[in-house]
Amino acid sequence: MGAVALVVVSDRITPEAVAKVAKLARLSLSDDELEQATHQLSDMLDHFADIDALDLDGVEPMTHPTPIANVMREDVEMDCLDRDEVLAAAPAAEDGRFRVPPVVGLED
Amino acid sequence: MSETASETVSETASETASETASETVSTENAAETWTLRGYEMVVGLEVHVELATRTKLFSASPNRFGDEPNTNIDPVTLGLPGALPVLNRQAVELAMRLGLALDCVVQRSTFARKNYFYPDMPKAYQISQYDEPICIDGWLDLPGSIRVGIERAHLEEDTGKSTHVGGTGGRIHGSDFSLIDFNRAGVPLVEIVSRPDIRTPDQAKAYVSELRAILVAVGASDAKMEEGSMRVDANVSVRLPGAEFGTRCEIKNVNSVRSVGRAIEYEAQRQVGMLEAGESIRQETRHWNENDGRTHTLRSKEDADDYRYFQEPDLVVVDPDPEWIERVRAALPVLPAARRVRLAALTGQTADAEAILVVTDRGQDAYVLAVAEAGGDAGRALVHVKEAFAEQGDRPAVPAADLAKLTRLEIDGKLTATQAKQVLAEIVANGGGDADAIASTKGFEVMDTSELESMVDDAITAQPDAWAKFRAGEAKAAGALVGAVMKASNGQADGKAVTALLETRRDSS
Amino acid sequence: MSSNSDRPEFPTSAADIAWNVRNNVTSAADVLERHLAAIDEREGDIHAFNIVLVDEARARAAEIDEAVAVGRDPGPLAGVPIALKDNMCTRGIPTTCSSKILEGWRPPYDATVVTRLHEAGAVVVGKTNLDEFAMGSSTENSAFGPTLNPHDTSRVPGGSSGGSAAAVAAGFAAASLGSDTGGSIRQPAALCGVVGVKPTYGAVSRYGLVAFASSLDQIGPFTNDVADAALVLEAISGHDQMDSTSIRQGPLDISRQLDMGVAGLRVGRISDLPEGASPDVAARLDEAFDALRDAGAEIVDVEVPAFSYGLTAYYLIAPAEASSNLARYDGVRFGHRVEAPDTNAMYMATRTDGFGAEVKRRIMLGTYALSAGYYDAYYGRALKVRRRIAVDFAAAYERADVLLTPASPTVAFTLGDKTSDPMSMYLCDTYTIPSNLTGDPGMSVPFGTGDEGLPVGVQILAPALEESRMFRTAAELERRVPQ
Repeated sequence: MGAVALVVVSDRITPEAVAKVAKLARLSLSDDELEQATHQLSDMLDHFADIDALDLDGVEPMTHPTPIANVMREDVEMDCLDRDEVLAAAPAAEDGRFRVPPVVGLED
Repeated sequence: MSETASETVSETASETASETASETVSTENAAETWTLRGYEMVVGLEVHVELATRTKLFSASPNRFGDEPNTNIDPVTLGLPGALPVLNRQAVELAMRLGLALDCVVQRSTFARKNYFYPDMPKAYQISQYDEPICIDGWLDLPGSIRVGIERAHLEEDTGKSTHVGGTGGRIHGSDFSLIDFNRAGVPLVEIVSRPDIRTPDQAKAYVSELRAILVAVGASDAKMEEGSMRVDANVSVRLPGAEFGTRCEIKNVNSVRSVGRAIEYEAQRQVGMLEAGESIRQETRHWNENDGRTHTLRSKEDADDYRYFQEPDLVVVDPDPEWIERVRAALPVLPAARRVRLAALTGQTADAEAILVVTDRGQDAYVLAVAEAGGDAGRALVHVKEAFAEQGDRPAVPAADLAKLTRLEIDGKLTATQAKQVLAEIVANGGGDADAIASTKGFEVMDTSELESMVDDAITAQPDAWAKFRAGEAKAAGALVGAVMKASNGQADGKAVTALLETRRDSS
Repeated sequence: MSSNSDRPEFPTSAADIAWNVRNNVTSAADVLERHLAAIDEREGDIHAFNIVLVDEARARAAEIDEAVAVGRDPGPLAGVPIALKDNMCTRGIPTTCSSKILEGWRPPYDATVVTRLHEAGAVVVGKTNLDEFAMGSSTENSAFGPTLNPHDTSRVPGGSSGGSAAAVAAGFAAASLGSDTGGSIRQPAALCGVVGVKPTYGAVSRYGLVAFASSLDQIGPFTNDVADAALVLEAISGHDQMDSTSIRQGPLDISRQLDMGVAGLRVGRISDLPEGASPDVAARLDEAFDALRDAGAEIVDVEVPAFSYGLTAYYLIAPAEASSNLARYDGVRFGHRVEAPDTNAMYMATRTDGFGAEVKRRIMLGTYALSAGYYDAYYGRALKVRRRIAVDFAAAYERADVLLTPASPTVAFTLGDKTSDPMSMYLCDTYTIPSNLTGDPGMSVPFGTGDEGLPVGVQILAPALEESRMFRTAAELERRVPQ
């Protein structure tokens, strides 16, 4: 994919970076899609550069809208889902379990 | 680098290493050092333990080992669309308990998502405490005055279990397909991360054993390595003393205390071998193979996934109030180290004596204390419990008073050690019993005085020289005479009674 | 509005329907059939629904009527036909998020809002279309085709809850539920001429709402009038222990204060509001201020300097959370799978085939914003901007009780207008985004028409849990709608 030559208006993000991100997200892109995605993401990141000018030193990041703490439940069992119902909705199941193709290629 | 290439390197390295190692390495005691041709090992351990809760970390399906596959499941466990996690209070309390037992600080903590794809990870992210763990900065003291720092202990959820079907022997590579069971998914784990303070395989083993004992003592986990409820990863590097830390490798799949020692010893040797061969150590994750006794490359850190940690928006801050923390601290039981000291003091042993270690590890030290409380002899009780109570667990069936009575009979010379053992066997078999009565039915009467007197007289006649020396005031000479009586009585005689008779004869003659 | 001629006999408002049903004036079955007839008549043109639950709804209506017959009160929404956005889990009933990747999936559980609607006596008539996984502002990003605006079928209904907005506007349901992550209730409400409310974050449980961006998502109602919105919101709000971010208090208390008026209320005009509203929309907003002043409110100028940075913060935070929330669609446990020789290849094939273009775009943007080396520059900074925005709003609420802005920069736009330029679509959310970032409530209330006679919505914003204040203002505007 590195061989694809692209005319990109903005260089906020490279095709290589987009390809890496797509791989992390388990999405495959054709060469055309990669070019388009690079273009669109660069365009967006250009827009989002408006916050670069802000002085945000010492500002505490806001991860939640409401500052609540210590929400916990008691350690009490509740009903489980029905295995047959759940497995019937699975793409593939066998022997009471979910079946997937061989697990290779996940370690890189 | 391909896997094959790295294997070749490691084999060469290990051959060179192991020959020399056998001459120089001494691993008898946690206090002793380990060096290999001038290199020392630097080891830190990451121990995952499953918490002994009823339900999962974020949902209400059971946390139970050994059930039918995919029966302990709910929308949260399966990561179904729309499901939301809700934190289990008991899991937090157990994490606090074990953290406090390790002298950690319990602090305000948050959860993060660790994003990666794997079929046994239902949401494709693991909820784990990341930059703000619940417990930090503790330590664990090992026998031999060695202190291992605890960097952190944090809460996270376990994954499901994959079974690789087909191919050769259940390995991932070459399998035809995999089957996933999510019963374990969402089970609460605490990961306890030590500082790199461990320098020998025996220290590592002692650390794992001691940690296990603490976890069991505080009720945080059953910590069964064989069932996977306690799992150890080792970060191993080597260096010349005083030098910077070397590049470390993480060793996975270490499934017993013994393997911990073997795996890190092998790994340190491998690394020394590589360094001496002029090669550099590559930071990687390695897999311990119990069968061939080696570690193998699993994956290199260079191409590690980018986990994209960020704070879990579905969960809120956990900030236990001081009152809760103090309540948990106050409720902590006496920890194994202190229990060993207490038992040692009571029985006149040292805290690292084998009987002390074994009995405390079984959780039977309180029982020995109870026997002493009931008027028994603590020393005798310790020996009996160690020898005869292996199957009894931490709450032996035998009433403490029964064992107390048996030890009294021994101390008073009414039963010999051999007889006591036989009586004890019956008491254990029956879950209790009166030692006196059992001794009677077995005919273990205290020997008739006249019978004993005639044996003493026989011994005096048979050894006139010894008798003369004894009469002359040489107390040691009594030994030969007592020994003869013991022999004649088949060990049934009470040594103290024999000595007393000899003294009576001497004084009256 | 739809052209059914015999309306007067049959009330369209949820409150009237419920009153009639509870008092045995109208049967729930009649009410339902009336709505099913409207669906029959126009659904083909509008495509508000992914599925219409005819049998289930009839069975439910019969239950309600039976309850009334034996003197049991079915609840405050007795017999009210309600449509659900198809990203709320319904046990045994397909829940697709308008995505191929969830095609055929039937959840084994109900969302909390579904349970609460049931307990309130509502009748669920169907699941409505949306932009795939609620990502969009036009309902054109649906795997099942777009929903069209009942006022003009060449135009979009807005989004992402376009199906739910259209269903109410077309008379298919007396009320509906949508979800609002960056304006997905308020913007389509404005474009379809109905009332739409995004409550305070945590006021309504998210349990069973298929997550888009967890720290921003909130469920709320679409209705024909303000009183109905209060009624539905009261029924679905209140603490839920299945949602850790749920606020620990009972249902919102709104209806009782609806008619209190706005005398003395300080209504804020944001002087540094980002530009972009079209003249017709701007004119209606000015008239809304005038109307409230006439009703006794005090109009005050306030500044919210960080308002304009909301769009950037939002379009970094929401995709970041989404990239993680949507990772679970991996073909292992449910939904769509494309077979492949190994698991990783199966992931790639399944996700590439199952997700639409906009969803992929946001997943990639979010993955990038969180990835090693970029977190601090993008996601980390966005969280700080979010705080800045919250601080600025808190300061504005020191001086004003509620704030007024446009709900959407323009009236409904033509299908296909913005599909080729994602950024132009994102700008639709300019005015709605900040309250998702802060967690504060916001609502859109119809206020006259703009170009082509299309509906215009005015947005009312209020501080967290001050819904009653926001609704009082909305009710006043409703009474003073320009004729």
